[in-house]
Parts: sequence; structure tokens; C-alpha cells
Amino acid sequence: MKNIYLDHAATCPTDPEVVNAMLPYFTENYGNPSSIYSISRTTRNAIEDAREILAKAIGASSGEIVFTSGGSESDNFAIKGVAHALREKGRHIITSQIEHHAVLYTCKFLEKNGYDVSYLPVDSAGIVKMDELEKAIRRDTILITIMHANNEIGSIQPVREIAEIAKKHKIAFHTDAVQTFGHIPVNVNELNVDLLSISGHKFHGPKGVGALYIRKGTKITPLIHGGDQERRRRASTENVPGIVGLGQAVEIAPGIMSDEMKRQAQLRDTFIGKILNTIPDSRLNGHATQRLPNNINISFKGIEGESILLNLDMFGIAASTGSACSSSSLEPSHVLLAIGLDHELAHGSVRFSLGKHTTLEELDRVAEILPGIIKKLRAMSPLYNQ
Amino acid sequence: MEQYSEKVMDHFTNPRNVGTIENPDGIGRVGNPICGDVMELQIKVKDNVIVDAKFRTFGCGAAIATSSMATELVIGKSIDEATKITNKVVAEALDGLPPIKMHCSNLAEEALEAAIKDYREKQKS
Ligand code: FES
Repeated sequence: MKNIYLDHAATCPTDPEVVNAMLPYFTENYGNPSSIYSISRTTRNAIEDAREILAKAIGASSGEIVFTSGGSESDNFAIKGVAHALREKGRHIITSQIEHHAVLYTCKFLEKNGYDVSYLPVDSAGIVKMDELEKAIRRDTILITIMHANNEIGSIQPVREIAEIAKKHKIAFHTDAVQTFGHIPVNVNELNVDLLSISGHKFHGPKGVGALYIRKGTKITPLIHGGDQERRRRASTENVPGIVGLGQAVEIAPGIMSDEMKRQAQLRDTFIGKILNTIPDSRLNGHATQRLPNNINISFKGIEGESILLNLDMFGIAASTGSACSSSSLEPSHVLLAIGLDHELAHGSVRFSLGKHTTLEELDRVAEILPGIIKKLRAMSPLYNQ
Repeated sequence: MEQYSEKVMDHFTNPRNVGTIENPDGIGRVGNPICGDVMELQIKVKDNVIVDAKFRTFGCGAAIATSSMATELVIGKSIDEATKITNKVVAEALDGLPPIKMHCSNLAEEALEAAIKDYREKQKS
């Protein structure tokens, strides 16, 4: 049985070219980039090359890129860093109810430490309500942080419009682009953002490496102190292989992006159509069109998500769910609740996220298997009468 | 996701005694306040012995497996014996559950309790 991997929003396999590019930096090129001797020059240059590649890809200059350990650190750095740097100016932050936990829990942490946070609601398609944004802005608002696209339901946020409002009020604006970079166009000038988080393994780079774009002139306090690395914005000996791998992944992504966007969106829509047609009482979560090309999120009435995943797993199919039963907190997905789903429908949600290796045959096979699984579980459910 | 024992997976994939009973003698329907899951257990009783039990469950793998195991444990037992089947007994019969999933086995115990209570009340009237 061939495995069918449909959880690319969680992580992607690292590209072989990426791995190859990384390998010499574990062995031959081991010099500490901060050292003065010549073997360190190679590693130092490799980091700067990767920085250049990433900067170019998002329309930034090299000095505006800080490498981090991944998306969560980038989010933490952006939010805590700006909050601390501007603490004398104000203590109010605006975010949305559907952010990744790396943003939400960072905001909750700041709330406990003397900051006020407004959590903007979203509409039923998972798009931030823009009129609420204007209303939430105060004189002491120092930061707006709203994701580029949601990781669970794929809704793409009106980042450019948000940026316009932020600029008008001279408020720093951060966006978490972990789900979008490498998948849809991300350009810091077009999006007009001040800070932007990226994660390597979401676009076939290695795990444990990411980046934060920081627009020149943005005030920010470092998160990690100790050394002069990354222009004193992040101490710690650089993860050279990881950074090289990230650079390599960035080189690959744009070349295939526009084709992949079209291809995956088509696969996505075909699959959604099939499922909604063949499985009664199923619904698509998130926006129909303003949506990541690789994201599918469907709720099945009357059954629970972990049970669906376990059944899919028996056929070698990997997906994820927003069910309370499979979260460590035993709470259903905050994103699904924010778009107005009741607990039961949030329970019965499954996310399939596609990647560049996903084929029509794979999705057809899932579409063939899924109705039987849903039927079997519904027959077992006291909440569903067929 | 935490690893389930082979027995849990067996009862999850081939759940025993799924469904409803015609004219059941006792019905227990309970919800799990922790994660919001629901289980319904129906029993048939003859001469104070549970001769049949059927369940329907809306819940995770552990909830379905414990429901299934509970019906197996309960069939053939007298009402008094059945009251001694706790969630621990069910979980042990499944070779244990991941710690975070222990609460799921409460469903089985509570549904059984409720079904027996319902049976006893019906007897009185
Ligand atoms: S029934 Fe919800 S976690 Fe088991």
C-alpha cells in the first residue's frame, strides 16, 4: 500500500537538492561563522548567500532578514520584540481570533504582563472583519499582527488593506506568512508589512530554521541575548546547514509556484466538489476562492475527527483534524469556533493539505475511500440518524 | 496522536455490538463534559442477567473502543456484577489507554450506570 500524505500544512518532506546543499555544512564546512580564520569564511559566505536569496525572493534587502529557529520563534520575536521596544509608546496590540498559537499564546503572555490585546473576529468564511479593525485601533496601539493565510482553513487575509490602515495610524504591522511563503506570492512591499514570519519546512526546506523579515527602521528588541550574530538581533551560533537548506528551498520554490498554484487549486476544487457531492451533511470550512491552493477543510456532521483520521490511517492516508479529542487541551479548534461552527461540527472536521507531489490519483483514492469511513462512523454515532 | 494498544485498535476497527436493541430494558445516554462526546448504551435483561447490550458512540478512537469493550464485558453478567464494571476495568481489559485518553473511558462507565438505573426504574413502575 502506498502512503498518501495530505498533511503538507503540518510539514513537507525536505527536497533532496536541499539536503545535498546542506550536507557539506555538517562536515567539511564546519567553521563557526563568527571566527576570524579562513575556514569560517566559507560558512559566513554561505549564510550571506542564503540571506541574499531570501531577501530577493520577498523584495527585501539582506539587512532586513534575521534567521531564526522557525515560524514560532519568528512570531515570538516579532511580537515580543516590538512590544518591548515600544512599551513606552503604548501597550495595546491587535490580532485576530484565528491566529496560530505561536501568535495567540504570545499575545496571551503579553496580556499577563501589562499589555492589552484585541482579538478581531472573522466572518463565516474566516476573513478578518475590516470594520472591526478600524474600531479596535487606539492611541496606544503599537502593533497589529494578522496572519497572511490561516493554517487550518486556508483563508487568505486582506493583508494589503490591513497594512494601509496600519500605515495610516503609524502602527507596526506583522504578518505570519508561514503558510503562504513558497505557495503564493509573498512580497513585503506589495503586502506593505513591517515584519513577516517564514518557516523553512513548510516549503520543502529543513525543519528547525525560519526567518523574520524586519523592515528597516522598525524598532525591535532581541529575544535571544548573548552574541553578536545576525547583527545583534539574534544571539546563538548560526544553524548553518539549516540556513543553507532554507536558501536552497527558496531558490526552488518560485520557479514552480505559479504552475503549482494552478494545479493544486484545481485538484483542491475537484476533490471538494466530489466529497460534497458524495457525502451528505458535509460542508467546506473557509472561503471558497480566497483560499490557499493547497488547503481543504471539510466538516462531517455527527462524527468525530480522530476516528476519521484513524480510519484513514489504516489506508495509509495522513490528514489532520480540528477535533477536541485530538488536541492536548481537549478543546476544539479555536479557528473553527471563530467561524461559527458548533462543537459537534468542529469535532467532525478534517484538513487535507496538498503538496507538489500530490497527484489526482491520490486524491481520487481518498475520495473513493472516505464515504465508506464516514458512513461506518455515522452508523455508530448516536448523534446521526441516517 | 498517542499510540493506542493493539486491543484498542482492534475494538476500534471492529467494534462489537454496535447499534440499538428493539424494546431495550434499559437505556443510558451520557455526554463527556471534557471534550463533548456522547455515548448511548442499551441493554436487554432477562432474569436479572444482561443478555444483550448495544452501543452508539460519538467520540474518539478510545471512546469507541471502550464502548465496544464495555458491551463485551457486560453481556452475561448479572445486574449486580455489572455495576462493578468501572472505567478502570474497561481500560485494563483494553491493555490500557494513553493518559490523556483515560477520561474517554468514563463514558462507558457512566453509560452503563445510567442504563442500569433506567432498567431499575422501569422495573419499579
Ligand atoms: S472521546 Fe473525546 S477524547 Fe476521547
